[in-house]
Amino acid sequence: MTMKTDAIGKEWPATTYEVGKEKIREYATVIGLDNPVYFDREAAKGAGFRDVVAPPMFCVVYCAPALGPALFDPDVGMNFAAMVHGGQQFEWGEPACCGDEITTTAKCLEIFEKEGKDGKPNNGFYVFETVSVNQNGDEVVRGTWTNIVRGV
Amino acid sequence: MAELSVGDQIEGLKVTPNKYIPHQYAGASGDFNPIHIDPEFAKAVGLPNTILHGLYMMGLVARANTEAAGGDPRALKRLSVEFRGMGAPETEIAVTGTVKSVEDGTAVIETAAAQGENETIRNAEAEVEL
Repeated sequence: MTMKTDAIGKEWPATTYEVGKEKIREYATVIGLDNPVYFDREAAKGAGFRDVVAPPMFCVVYCAPALGPALFDPDVGMNFAAMVHGGQQFEWGEPACCGDEITTTAKCLEIFEKEGKDGKPNNGFYVFETVSVNQNGDEVVRGTWTNIVRGV
Repeated sequence: MAELSVGDQIEGLKVTPNKYIPHQYAGASGDFNPIHIDPEFAKAVGLPNTILHGLYMMGLVARANTEAAGGDPRALKRLSVEFRGMGAPETEIAVTGTVKSVEDGTAVIETAAAQGENETIRNAEAEVEL
């Protein structure tokens, strides 16, 4: 089967997320982080942050609303029943702090097919990029999300 | 400031997520995919039980590498991972890493996460500023 690749290059509408102190606490707690810069305003300011800072991987929280519509877009046409999150990369820039308004845009970078190993059916690769900037226009994080659909 | 040299093993991390961690992570992250929180659903789609969120495990890999660099969140500049085996709650996860290169104050750490023999995250690479 030939994969549908029309969505390559497609961008979805930006979403904006305001980073909150208690949301950072909730995320940091589940990951088991204990650095006070994630919980305490004075500690964060003392370490040179504008306010309580989000752990780097908190980016999944503010990127998700931008990425969701891309994943579910019929133009992309991913078969969810056979999909796995295959790989992920984040490159961080300016830290995200409490009170920041982070705007994220998602784009489809690549859709391609790879031959299955040992006679298995081919796998489809769907690669998306998210770019997140803060209220000053500084890039906060750039994410590359790779989803694999088995047996395209 | 952390000192890392090529070939160093990072201290790593050992965490045993309790059975409610996927619920807690779902709330924290907003990812309520039922394969993580509903045992009946998970079994209906052929999984042995609910599984951990891959991005939760990536969060642990980020934590271990940030701590290796001294604990400041600004130290972690890049992290890339491949998700492999599925992670199970109530099983110890070990995050390990080896320093691959150190250049101009930036270290590249090859890192992974595993539950026993089951490699849940492999071929991961963290770039940290020292």
